[in-house]
Amino acid sequence: MSLLTVNDLSVSFVTRNGTTEAVKNVSFNVESKSITAIIGESGSGKSVSCYALLGLIPQPPGRVDSGTAEFGGRDLLSLSERELRGIRGSDIAMIFQDPMTCLNPYMRIGEQLIEPLIVHGVANKEAATKRAVELLDEVGIQNPEVAMQAYPFEFSGGMRQRVMIAMALIAEPKLLIADEPTTALDVTVQAQIFDLLSDLRRQTGAAIILITHDMGAVAEMAERMIVMYAGRKAEFGPVDQIINHPRHPYTKGLISCVPHIVSDMTEERPDLVEVPGIVPSLKDFGQDRCLFASRCTYVTDKCRASRPEERLFSDGQIADCWHAEDL
Amino acid sequence: MSTQDIGAIVEAEEGASLWNDAWLRLKKNRAAVTGGVVLVVMVLLVLLTPWIAPYSYEAQNLDLGATPPSAAHWLGTDIFGRDLLTQILYGGRISLAVGFIATAVALVIGVTWGAVAGYVGGRVDSMMMRFVDILYALPFMIFIILLMVVFGRNILLLFLAIGAVEWLTMARIMRTQVQSLRQQEFVEAAVSLGLAPAAIIFRHIIPNAIGPIIVYTTLTIPSVMLLEAFLSFLGLGIQPPQTSWGLLISYGAETMEEYPWLLIFPGAALTITLFSLNFLGDGLRDALDVRGSKD
Repeated sequence: MSLLTVNDLSVSFVTRNGTTEAVKNVSFNVESKSITAIIGESGSGKSVSCYALLGLIPQPPGRVDSGTAEFGGRDLLSLSERELRGIRGSDIAMIFQDPMTCLNPYMRIGEQLIEPLIVHGVANKEAATKRAVELLDEVGIQNPEVAMQAYPFEFSGGMRQRVMIAMALIAEPKLLIADEPTTALDVTVQAQIFDLLSDLRRQTGAAIILITHDMGAVAEMAERMIVMYAGRKAEFGPVDQIINHPRHPYTKGLISCVPHIVSDMTEERPDLVEVPGIVPSLKDFGQDRCLFASRCTYVTDKCRASRPEERLFSDGQIADCWHAEDL
Repeated sequence: MSTQDIGAIVEAEEGASLWNDAWLRLKKNRAAVTGGVVLVVMVLLVLLTPWIAPYSYEAQNLDLGATPPSAAHWLGTDIFGRDLLTQILYGGRISLAVGFIATAVALVIGVTWGAVAGYVGGRVDSMMMRFVDILYALPFMIFIILLMVVFGRNILLLFLAIGAVEWLTMARIMRTQVQSLRQQEFVEAAVSLGLAPAAIIFRHIIPNAIGPIIVYTTLTIPSVMLLEAFLSFLGLGIQPPQTSWGLLISYGAETMEEYPWLLIFPGAALTITLFSLNFLGDGLRDALDVRGSKD
């Protein structure tokens, strides 16, 4: 069953240098209790499309040009700020990239942790505190009672990210948006956080949107993925299928970029593969053509002249490419 | 985990408000505690003045004239034979009241104004800050004289007038603080958890700006007291027979060669108060910085 259905979402930013179409006609859906990954380079619009859902895009300069986002029978994009506030932190919660700066340095962990419950009137202080202690234990913080009294500066980055996850989950949201939750952490801690998210998904049944550029994590954790390029959706569908048979040249490039560890160090190691060329500049995002054309080996005149349409394949794989069938 | 444990945590959580923690740390800072005690004594003395002053406020003794400190007049007398200790006590009432009330006015208006402008941003911010600029540009003396002419000379008006001038700087400081704080991810996180703007400003932003607020407050109180002295000296503030430390000092300065004690004692009263305020303010700032103390 679909928990969130985003249809034709477009977001633009109006600046002195013109309008940038940061997200253009993006559609996808998130199934309940599933993990959906959004993958793409920096500036490809992955975060913007999620922030727009919660009304977290500063307006101006941001502007939602079109689209609907159906969640629990309501269209998130047409809700008032007050209605959105009721959804934020209770039905849909977020965790951010940098846990070092995500916690208020002047507030004890416990006080911040119970804030969502108090704000949404879900529990009184005592019940909220009890729940917070349990949750800290679940996310793997030792001595949760002591941790409740601590200030953020007493915690390491990994611990703070665990606290952030606990804070996002405390009101039992149906959807958790994780915006590059491990980018600022050490590699070993990254793995722990991914494991924690997988476990919590199983326990709480919250669906997760994982914004990332870590193809390995996507392959391991997510059921479905959206590949974004230059503010547009390139490909969307089940992870296994996309990784085994990408239908968009960009996805194909991304997958071949993932380096493999060679077991024998004396063996000759291949050079790292990269997708040739660079991302188009922001002002070109709105052009009515395939934005990947300049970097694509399959390019034809049609790609330079018109924007690719969605192609639907079996098992729900969707690719926006004129040559999807040929790949 | 038992219910008692939860109860204990809840209790500690309530104590977790910044102020309780700060109080525990403040108690360990000897200079700040001394400053606080001196201030409290000072305030008690001026509050109880009508009952404890050695002489009546109006009592003159023209035959006595100015005399140095003696057993009868601990701090000496002025040229009209009035007891200086009595004068300082009564003057303190006015000076401290002006200092605290005008600063409180400045603080409340300034912090709120600046925080709202900085948080909301955009056009609202521009308009609010242009208003501050206009008031800044207005010559302060003309503003006060106008107020006095229109509303008559009134001590409450003096508090308001000084407060109305001093909040401008506070608003600017606060706005800059808030502008940098609202970019911080913890504010974004608070928004994403469903907090309303007012809750974010008062729970997340102002506590983070408490250091500059306190430092500026401890600077404002003395400057307000000096401003009152200046206005009184010009004949716009307190008028004799009422007195204040500022007035006593300015009279003392005129006759300091003949009667130095008339300058020294009121000056000492003001200095001690200001020192205590600074020590207390300094201690408060350290106590409120959770990261500074890792004990």
